[in-house]
Amino acid sequence: MAHDTAIDVENKEHDGHKQEVKSDVWQGGESPFKSSYGKLMMWYFLLSDAFTFAGFLIAYGALRFSMDAWPVPDHVFSTAPFGLENSPLIFVTFMTFVLIVSSVTVLRAVQEGKLENQGGVVKWLVITILGGAVFLGCQAWEWTKLIAGEGTTIYNNPFSSQLEEGSYITFERAKELNEQNGMGLVEKTMTVNVHTDNGHTTEELSYLAKPNPKFVSAEATPNEVEYTQLYFEKIDHHYFHRHGNDAGKTYVGDADKGSFKVKDPYLIAYHEGNYFPGAYEVDNQLKGEPMGPKSFGTLFFFITGFHGFHVFSGLIILLVIAVNSWSGFYGSRKNGYEMVEKVGLYWHFVDLVWVFVFLVFYLI
Amino acid sequence: MGHVLSSKEGMKLAMKGFMILLIVTLVEVAIALLGNGHIGGMHWPKMLMIPVMCILSLYKAYYIVSIFMHLGSETKGMAASIVLPVALLFWAIIAFLWEGDTWNSRRNGVKSDASKVGQSIQQDNMIQNINELPNEIRWS
Repeated sequence: MAHDTAIDVENKEHDGHKQEVKSDVWQGGESPFKSSYGKLMMWYFLLSDAFTFAGFLIAYGALRFSMDAWPVPDHVFSTAPFGLENSPLIFVTFMTFVLIVSSVTVLRAVQEGKLENQGGVVKWLVITILGGAVFLGCQAWEWTKLIAGEGTTIYNNPFSSQLEEGSYITFERAKELNEQNGMGLVEKTMTVNVHTDNGHTTEELSYLAKPNPKFVSAEATPNEVEYTQLYFEKIDHHYFHRHGNDAGKTYVGDADKGSFKVKDPYLIAYHEGNYFPGAYEVDNQLKGEPMGPKSFGTLFFFITGFHGFHVFSGLIILLVIAVNSWSGFYGSRKNGYEMVEKVGLYWHFVDLVWVFVFLVFYLI
Repeated sequence: MGHVLSSKEGMKLAMKGFMILLIVTLVEVAIALLGNGHIGGMHWPKMLMIPVMCILSLYKAYYIVSIFMHLGSETKGMAASIVLPVALLFWAIIAFLWEGDTWNSRRNGVKSDASKVGQSIQQDNMIQNINELPNEIRWS
């Protein structure tokens, strides 16, 4: 290389302009991409991050393709604040809207940074931070609803692939269908211990049970063995921690663990604010579906969690850069407000990832 | 990198981008709500809805990267060094979805083999008569 350069320099003297450019490129001091080191490296970091997210989303796609049944997102994500039940996609559309707005405001901050307008940069960065915080708050609310309200966790997914012709029914309707069709389900009540935030209480829980003599075993008492399937009205996630006194312990929980055996067939149904797991109605028949694939909850919480983590770290970086801008630190810097451009790239990337998370989890 | 936009020009660009992203998102949501029968009670074919929503999302991604992140105004070499590696993902998506489909058919193949030797099997994906529900489902 040194030899070539020497020749080039020699040629420059003899041949003029064309050779001169070539030698300068190889001697450094000129950036072929006409971009700063920092911005270029931010781009390559985002490229690698894109591969990480792509890996997660492709894993989601492969697992979803490998399952016969997959939860219908319109039913999983159908709650919204202010008493809006059964309103699919509304809340997540709002979240997407917030993220788009914050993506646009960070664009404004970058533009003001290029104009070296300190006040504008700080103003738009603060609005961006507010937008990001609202998004994270919405995500926290959504997770709380899913985990505490619906019982979807990384271990458990009560949503099966509700098929199109079925409609969810209430506990009362299930009892009607039971009588109407002579299904032989028996209504019983049991006293359950409910773990709440304020301690333990007991309450009477109605359920439908299907008598089946098949499960009689030597050590079982009559009450425990009579029913193979129990259908409870689901109230909240504490359902999973109920201890049954009256019900078959095999199905409600092991005495030592005190948890519901979630592999038992059961389906969360919610309609007009009522829950009934294990059943819904197709052509006046009570039908049921088993629990949905566990990987749904796992993938959902890991991927949206990883995205939320990016939003959170983006917020911290935005905050630091907003404070630096406000203090006039970048105004006196040689490369000006380039840090605002870099965090802008990162923040746009977070929005970009959300486009695909929104597509695969909520829309399709 | 192009010229530096004035505050006014910047605001105009930002509003245009905002409107485009918002409208495309609303169209996607409208397709999901209308096509799945939540509004109007229609049921559109999934095979039509899914590609349309994918294309709209890809357009949003293109717009964010090209305009908001200015990649469209960078040098060609720089844009290529970022876009070409991402293009590799298209094959990854095809290959792994194919793979997932194979897992599905293998698993169902094992199930139907089990039925041949007389073991009882359950169709996990079907709505079942409540009296026929299995006591335990394994989603392996």
